[in-house]
Parts: sequence; structure tokens; C-alpha cells
Amino acid sequence: MTASIDLTTLWAFIIAFAVFVYVVMDGFDLGLGILFPLFPAKEDRDVITNTVAPVWDGNETWLVLGGGGLMAAFPLAYAILLPAIYTPLIAMLVGLIFRGVAFEFRWRTRNNRALWDLAFSGGSWIAALAQGIALGAILQGVHVEHRQYAGGWWDWLSPFSILTGVALVIGYALLGATWLILKTEGELRDQAYRLSWYLLFAMLIAIGAVSLATPLLTIQYAQRWFSWPAIVLTAPVPLAVIAVAVLLMKNLAERRDSWPFVLSLLLFLLSYAGLGISMYPYVVPQSVTIWQAAAPERSQLFMLVGVAVLIPLILAYTGWAYWVFRGKVRADSGYH
Amino acid sequence: MFGLDAVDLGRAQFAFTMTFHIVFPAFSIGLASYLAVLEALWLWTGREVFINLFHYWLKIFAVAFGMGVVSGIVMSYQFGTNWSVFADKVGPVIGPLMAYEVLTAFFLEAGFLGVMLFGLKRVGPRLHFLATLMVAIGTLISAFWILSANSWMQTPAGYAVNAEAQFVSADWLKVIFNPSFPYRLVHMVLAAYLTTSLVVGAVGAFHLLHNPHLPGPRVMFSMAMWMATLVAPIQILAGDQHGLNTLAHQPTKIMAMEGHFESHQDGAPLYLFGWPDEAAGKLKYAVGIPKLGSLILKHSPDAPLEGLDTVPRENWPPVAIPFWTFRIMVGLGFLMLALGLFSLWERWRGRLYQSTLLHRFAIAMGPAGFVAVIAGWMTTEIGRQPFTVYGLLRTADSASPLAAPAVGSSLLAFIIVYFIVYAAGILYLLRLMAAPPHPGEEGPSTESPTRTAGITPAPSVPTGVGAT
Ligand code: HDD
Ligand code: HEM
Ligand code: HEM
Repeated sequence: MTASIDLTTLWAFIIAFAVFVYVVMDGFDLGLGILFPLFPAKEDRDVITNTVAPVWDGNETWLVLGGGGLMAAFPLAYAILLPAIYTPLIAMLVGLIFRGVAFEFRWRTRNNRALWDLAFSGGSWIAALAQGIALGAILQGVHVEHRQYAGGWWDWLSPFSILTGVALVIGYALLGATWLILKTEGELRDQAYRLSWYLLFAMLIAIGAVSLATPLLTIQYAQRWFSWPAIVLTAPVPLAVIAVAVLLMKNLAERRDSWPFVLSLLLFLLSYAGLGISMYPYVVPQSVTIWQAAAPERSQLFMLVGVAVLIPLILAYTGWAYWVFRGKVRADSGYH
Repeated sequence: MFGLDAVDLGRAQFAFTMTFHIVFPAFSIGLASYLAVLEALWLWTGREVFINLFHYWLKIFAVAFGMGVVSGIVMSYQFGTNWSVFADKVGPVIGPLMAYEVLTAFFLEAGFLGVMLFGLKRVGPRLHFLATLMVAIGTLISAFWILSANSWMQTPAGYAVNAEAQFVSADWLKVIFNPSFPYRLVHMVLAAYLTTSLVVGAVGAFHLLHNPHLPGPRVMFSMAMWMATLVAPIQILAGDQHGLNTLAHQPTKIMAMEGHFESHQDGAPLYLFGWPDEAAGKLKYAVGIPKLGSLILKHSPDAPLEGLDTVPRENWPPVAIPFWTFRIMVGLGFLMLALGLFSLWERWRGRLYQSTLLHRFAIAMGPAGFVAVIAGWMTTEIGRQPFTVYGLLRTADSASPLAAPAVGSSLLAFIIVYFIVYAAGILYLLRLMAAPPHPGEEGPSTESPTRTAGITPAPSVPTGVGAT
């Protein structure tokens, strides 16, 4: 039994890892789409999409791993959560379709480039908002009876889930802006710097708002965060957020091109850790723990072998692909 | 909604999204291998026509692949949204197979795709070829796992049932290599190669009709016709073996495909045509060849064959659709064989690039692979009904606890979105195919920022007009 407990916890971390990698990797892709309306010039838009054209598919694959892995390792959670967030999930898929095909289509169209640019940014907005809303809908708890989702079709919609939706859009936009700082130069980079300032402040407000609202949702979250001795563990998280934010401002002021992106990632990591503190050990908050939802040990073990060998390999060749396309992207670099 | 319940709508949604998805894998599996062959030939012979063709088809690949990816992501989430009970019960068995698909195939494809599309100048020809090869291998690995998962649902093996009524694995090797899997894998990969060769052949033929001297179209037409000539007969043999396997493991599916409502004690006929009337339980206006059915399925003209009259009504699959889709698939298979033989004949007479009749035939057959693939999947999936896990879990007991309006509106959303996106995508693909490949062809980069800035990029390899 102890062995299976360890295995299940391990799998919770693996899934959490896949979801986190997805959030930050596709986060900056989607962030670029979110910022698209602010860069109306065609040259700028070409550069912006070219900074991610070689890698966006790989980034999105982490979403498939997160979803597929959840079904394989925690089938019950998958079966309960997906119907609970049905509508935002369908919206996300539709958004991702438009965003995904636009990468190629905007080069192939003769007269409708504006339309596919709209699909790119509209799809990104929808997908980001839907992901944030889905997160909020899960955090606020879903109604479960007899191993099934028993809530209504509109349960996902609440002020809290709207808040998390907006917060995620802001966060993705910050990732996108700091990615542009890293990958571009000239006018484009200057504007990315300006935007990063606004977005950083917006992001801090969003983190604060979500952090305040979460403990208000249920008493359990409040206990998790504020009761003694848990507070010894939880208090450093907000402090670290402030520290990273200050460092990020410093780097923005000194215009060091590579650091703002790294620090934004760190900001995401901290928010994510906070989320983990709130949720653990539930996978469906307040009703199903990771052990209740776990697949049989044989399934988890079978996959663990693959994960142990393949994830390092995947990280290696994905890293190589990023390395091949390193450096600044210029309009005339013939990069594409 | 329109008197349909959530299960019907969920089925319609799965069928609709799957039909759109499968078209692109069928094409990208074949095309990725074709691109790898073209690049290998270029590296080996140094002939420019190969790299031109490579770049020409690479642009087409980029568009098709993107559409395959986005429609695939929809598929992978549908198990949870519309089929949550299925996901809970079957997840422990097929979930790991699909997780392996992500880990071994999707990451491989996606990780090397960027280098394959945009990286030739950055990494040099050899590493670039490696990237192309990895993408091609990735598509095949992907087919391996997903077909294993699907075959397990058709012919479950190596499983046990636990206290929560979930299927769990008792033996992973038996799960993966379940009885119908080898047949389905061979049949589907051959189908992908055939489909691609027919598209490539049609594009080649289209340009040869206008100008029989263009080097690019000549090479692609010749390669495609070789492929079709070789693979079509193998596919027919593989399909025959597949059918025998199905007879052993899913006899009711064969009854539906053959239109065998009634049992035949001494030799069943092979019905060529007829009108399945499920209410009456009869094949009306049947035209058949006596005893041939038993000869094909049992290798003996007088062997008895049972019909649907031996199966309780509630376990009948729909009959009319598998009956017809099966005939469409087989008919197209023989037409492909005919095309291959015709091209062989013209090749032998030295008229491969001149025969307008052959070219017209090849153009007409361009979409045939897609039609056969969709028809084949419909036969397979609808013939499996009314079960999602054959004989063990009913479709009606697999669905999510959702209200019909929820499923109905998402179905509607997908229909609208797919028609916009796929109409545009197919238009762009046809447009790319309508232009002949030319010397100094560039990869997906041509219309990129380089042109925006008004600078003509240097071709990746030295070119001279007419050098091909
Ligand atoms: C015989 C092959 C085959 C079949 C039957 C299916 N697929 Fe597929 N799928 C592929 C072969 C493929 C592929 C060749 O690997 C694709 C097509 C184009 C592409 O981009 O990769 C792909 C893409 C693809 C993707 C996107 C991968 C990425 O992010 O790169 C997902 C999530 C799925 N598929 C999921 C599914 C599901 C859930 C299926 C069944 C219900 C399914 N596919 C049937
Ligand atoms: C490799 C995986 C699968 C493939 C390639 C596949 C393919 C297909 C195809 C081609 C069709 C028929 C299209 C049509 O009727 O127009 C279909 C129908 C269907 N599939 Fe699958 N399928 C797969 C897995 C599944 C799974 C996991 C389920 C889960 C419940 C499922 C449920 C259905 C249903 C309900 C239908 C509709 C059948 C009908 O209307 O009679 N399929 N599928
Ligand atoms: C002409 C001879 C052919 C025969 C006798 C044949 C036989 C079969 C049979 C019996 C099945 C259903 C198996 C089952 O569900 O258990 C099947 C499915 C299928 N066929 Fe064919 N087939 C032929 C040609 C083709 C061609 C030319 C293509 C495409 C280019 C094709 C593509 C498919 C596909 C995609 C499926 C569904 C996947 C699968 O179950 O393998 N078939 N075929």
C-alpha cells in the first residue's frame, strides 16, 4: 500500500509538471496572440509569429500530455472534471483551432490576412480566458455524486472563475511581452518593454485578487493558508512573489533583454506553487483525492517507466530545437 | 434537440470530428515518409529535382499537419467531455496507450517539425534530414499506439475488471498486441501510403496534362504510380486477411458488412448489391454470387455461415451503413489496382508521361484514398455498435451525464468552426498544388518576412534554371 501511495503522489507531480510546462510554454505563445491587436503593422506581426512558428506545436503537445496523462493516471478525475468544465473546454478547443491554423494560413491567403490575424488573436484570447475560467471553476469545487459529475451546465460560471480567467489572460500577456523583449529588437522591443511595465502591475493586482478570493471560497482553503503551523510553509510564497516582482522591475528598468522573461516564468512558478498548496491532496477540490482517483498501480507503473526514460529525452530534443532557433528574430533575417 | 438524446449527439460529434481528423493523419503519415524519401534521394544523388519536390510538398505538409494537430487535440479531450463514463472505466487500459503515444510520437513529431520546416539553412542538410526522418517515424509511432487503443476496444484482451467496475490491465503485451491490432495497423498504414500516392499522382498528372516535359511532375508522377502499383494489391490482400480476423473476433460486424441477415447452412452467397431493410431483417433486391461468401470467408464453398438471425436484436449493429461503406472501400480498392496496372502498361509502352487517359484517370482517383479511409473507418466503428468495448461496454452506458442541449450546442459549434477552417485550409492546399513545382523552389519560408523587407532570399541550394 505504501508503495502505491508514493506512486500516486509521484504521478500527481508528473501531471502537475506537464500542466505547468504547458502553461508557461503555450502561455507565451498565447500571450503573443493576446498582444497582437497592439501591433497592427504587418512587419511586426510577421516577426511576432515567426518567433514561435518553429516551436508552438511542441508547446501545445504538453497540453495533450496533461489531458492524456490525467486520463491515464487519474481516470476518475478526468471523468469528473471534464464534464464540469464542458463549456470553457469546448471554447478553449475552438480557440486553439483558430490560433493553430492561423500560423500557416496567414502566409497562404491572398486577400484575407486580416481575417487570419483576427483568428490568431481572437483564438488566443478565447483559449486563455477559457483556461483561466476552467481553473477557477475547478478551484471553487464541483458537485460529485456516485463517481460522476452531478452539477449543472452553467456551474462553471461565477465571479471567481471570471476573475481567474482575466488573471490568466494578464499573466499570459506578460509572458508574451517579455518573450518579445528576448526575441526582438528596435521599435518592437521598445514597445514590449513599455507593455511589460503595465502588465507586471496588472499581474500583481491579479495575483493579489485571486489570493484574497481563494481563501474566501471555502473554509478549507483558509485553514490551509492561515492556520498555524501551515503558515510557516505558506507565508514565504507571497514574500517571494514580491521579491521576484521587484527584481523584474529592476531588470525592466535596466533593459536587460533576457531576464524579464525568466523572472516572469518564476512569477508563474510561485503562483502555481500557491495553487498546489490550496489543492493538495485533492484533484477534484473537496471531494476526490488523488488516491481515490488514481488508476490501478499496474497502469501507473507501466507509464512511469516510459516517463522516466522519455521525459528527459523530450526535454533534450526540445531544448535543441529552441537552441537551433535562438537569437533575435529580425524582419529581414530570412529566418522563417 | 431534434428528438436526439445526449448519447446520439455524442456519437454524431465523435463521428463528425473523427471524420475530419482522420483525413489529415492519412495524408501526413504518407507525406512525411514521402518527404523523407525525397530528401534522402537528394542527399544521395544530389539531383536538384528532388530538393525542389521536397520543398514543394513541404509547404503542403505544413498546412495539412497543422490541421491534423488541431483536430487531434479536439479528439483527445472528447473522451472526457462526452464519454466520461467510458473514460473512467476504460481509462486505466487505453489511457496509458495514449499517454505513450504522446510521449513517443507527438513530442517527436512536434519537436523536430520546426527544424524540418524552417531549419535547413540553420542546421545543414544532414541534421535536417535527421529531423525529417524523426517526423516521419513519429507519425508511424503515433499510428501504432492509437490503433492499438482502438483495436483493444474492438477486440479486448489481457484485461481484468476491478471492484469499481473499471477495466484494468492483466498483461500489457496482450493489451497492446490484441488480436485485431496487427491487421488494423498494417491496413491503416498501407491506406495512408496509398492515399498519399494517389494525391501525389493526381497533382503530377494535372501538371503533365499541361506540359508533359516538366521534370518535377514527371518524377512525382512516376514515383506515385510505382507506389500505387505495388501497394494496391498488397492492400487488397491485407484487407482480406483483416476480414478473416474480424470474422473470428467480431462476427456480427461481418454479418452487417455482408448483409447476412439470415444464416446459410450450406454455403453463403457474396452479395454484391442489395437494400438492407433492418426492420424487416432482410436484404431486399439482393444480387449475389452463390457460395462465394463462404469461399472467401471460410475458404470452402459449402461451409455454413451464421447470420444476424442468430444474434439478439439488441446486439445488432446498424446494417445499412457498414454494408454500403464496405462496398465503397472495396470498390475503390479495385479501382486503385486498376490504376496501378494501367500505369504499368503505359510505362511499359513508354507513354507514362504522354497518356492523357492515364492522367485523367489519376486525377479522378486523387481523392479516392480519403473516401476509402473514411468508408473503412465507418465500417469498423459502426460495425462495432452497440458497444464501445466490443461485447463488454455498451455505447449507451459510456456517455457523460450531460444534457442534450450541451452536447448539441458544442456539436453545432464544431460543425461551424470546422467548415470555416477546413474550407479555407483545403482551398489553400489546392492552390499550392495547382502551381507546378519550379526550379529553386523554397520551403514554407517563401512568403515570409524576407519578402516583406523586399530582399530576395538566396536559395538554400545553388540553382540554375533548367538545371533539373
Ligand atoms: C492512423 C493514424 C491516426 C488515428 C487513427 C488517429 N490519429 Fe490523431 N494523429 C495522427 C494519427 C492518428 C498523427 C499522424 O500523428 C497526427 C496527424 C497529423 C498530425 O499532426 O499528427 C495526429 C494528431 C493528433 C493530435 C495532435 C498531436 C500534436 O499535438 O502534435 C492528437 C491529440 C490526436 N491526434 C489524438 C487522436 C485521438 C484521440 C484519436 C482517436 C480517437 C486519433 N488521434 C486518431
Ligand atoms: C483510435 C481511435 C478511434 C478512431 C480512429 C475512431 C474512428 C471513428 C470513425 C471513423 C467513426 C465513424 C464516422 C461516422 O460514423 O461518420 C467513428 C464513430 C464513432 N466512434 Fe470512434 N474512433 C475511435 C475511438 C473511439 C472511442 C474511444 C469511442 C468512445 C466512446 C468512439 C466512439 C464512437 C462513436 C460513438 C461513433 C459513432 C458510431 C455510430 O454513430 O454508430 N470511438 N469512430
Ligand atoms: C479492396 C480490398 C479491401 C478489403 C477486402 C478491405 C477490408 C477491410 C475490412 C474487413 C475492414 C474492417 C475491419 C474491422 O473493422 O474489423 C477494413 C477497414 C478499413 N479499411 Fe479496408 N479493405 C480494402 C481496401 C481498402 C482501401 C483501398 C483502403 C484505403 C486506402 C482501406 C482503408 C481502410 C480503413 C482506414 C479501415 C478502418 C481501419 C481498420 O479497421 O483497419 N481499405 N477494411
